[in-house]
Amino acid sequence: MPEETQKVLIRVTVNGKEYSREVEPRQLLVEFLREELDLTGTHIGCDTTYCGACTVLLDGGAVKSCTVFSVQADGGEVLTVEGLEKETTLHPIQRAFSDCHGLQCGYCTPGLMLSALQLLTDHPNPDEKQIRKGIAGNLCRCTGYQNIFKAIETAAQAMRIPSHGH
Amino acid sequence: MLTQLGEGAKLLAGGQSLIPLMKLRFANPHHLIDLNFIPGTSYIREDLGALHFGALTRHAQIENSLIAAKIPILCDCAAGIADVQVRNRGTIGGSLAEADPSGDWSTVLMTLTSEVRCLGVNGERTIPVSEFITDAYTTSLAHGEVVSEVIVRHPSERSGGAYVASKRTAPVYPTASAAVQLTLEGEVCKEIAIALGCVGLMPIRAKDAETTFRGQPITPKSVAMAVEAARSAAEPQSDMRGSREYKRELVGALVKKALQAAVRRARGEHVEVSHIYA
Repeated sequence: MPEETQKVLIRVTVNGKEYSREVEPRQLLVEFLREELDLTGTHIGCDTTYCGACTVLLDGGAVKSCTVFSVQADGGEVLTVEGLEKETTLHPIQRAFSDCHGLQCGYCTPGLMLSALQLLTDHPNPDEKQIRKGIAGNLCRCTGYQNIFKAIETAAQAMRIPSHGH
Repeated sequence: MLTQLGEGAKLLAGGQSLIPLMKLRFANPHHLIDLNFIPGTSYIREDLGALHFGALTRHAQIENSLIAAKIPILCDCAAGIADVQVRNRGTIGGSLAEADPSGDWSTVLMTLTSEVRCLGVNGERTIPVSEFITDAYTTSLAHGEVVSEVIVRHPSERSGGAYVASKRTAPVYPTASAAVQLTLEGEVCKEIAIALGCVGLMPIRAKDAETTFRGQPITPKSVAMAVEAARSAAEPQSDMRGSREYKRELVGALVKKALQAAVRRARGEHVEVSHIYA
């Protein structure tokens, strides 16, 4: 019989705010976000590292939060969909998903927006292939992806800072 | 620690296979030892004619590495594994130690002069990748031993390699894959290694196909003969990804693509190769 699991104290910065919690070592990051912090914008879809609905940024990189233990995020920084908005202004990616009808039921949307954020950080001016590759780990069962595509192209334009004459 | 905790303990690298396997109860370790907090295990270095990859180097680091790009087949592999999220976490050492018959790295590394450095309580040893993988999900790692580094020797001048895998969607393992690494002398194939992935219990070196092609000029006929021999070397099993017959046909087509790209790269051309979605 395995002995009772000892809880572990972890410190994680989520959307700019630091949280300390005692968690079971087996707890997944997505459970930590949803159940401990009540940040239910991050969705659980397949729970098998397939659909990407639970995508968040961990230390700047997109990860499937159903496939990372909470204790592995100790000392790290997490960005979820709740952290995209600045005060009451939508992030350009959120604005573009809304304007381009890049969502229907909305289940995959938070994950897709975080994958889009990593894509646009790495490639501010992505071509079609880069966009397809960047969101290949996120499944949407409603849109057929065309409007998601348009949304990411639109967001890329909005996020490109006007150049200062070079 | 592994020795103390016994057989029920497992090492956690990127976790992109082990965590899903635990959820499905296919893996049920009593203890998990997370390697991710050990400093200095994630690096890409070049020295003495070889590239060195720390065991915890993520696929994404290799995909975007200018050093790794010196052996293009490595980038073909890294860039095609699953999706961005998995490549950000998954590691080369973890992938090799898991030895999934559908894993990408073992197939690619079998066409190169490559070794796995292992660290255990009794010291260090280096094992060629071809001897490291011994069966499906089985390696020659002893209990208490851990992969510390993967070493890939630089191929000689006028060499080229390519890796092509066919997948149904990004997050899944390929249905079949082919890796080809060759060296040209003029327009004749001087040396060649062909490995087939996902069509056997472990990657298969298509030795007959290599013999057929070695010493031959690069012509449509010589390519066709090598492809035919490679197809015969496959030992695919029917499953949800496809029937045995389909996989055999597919792997032949992939060998052809990889071979053609490898030849062009050996000639010094820049060729982009990526996974194919079917």
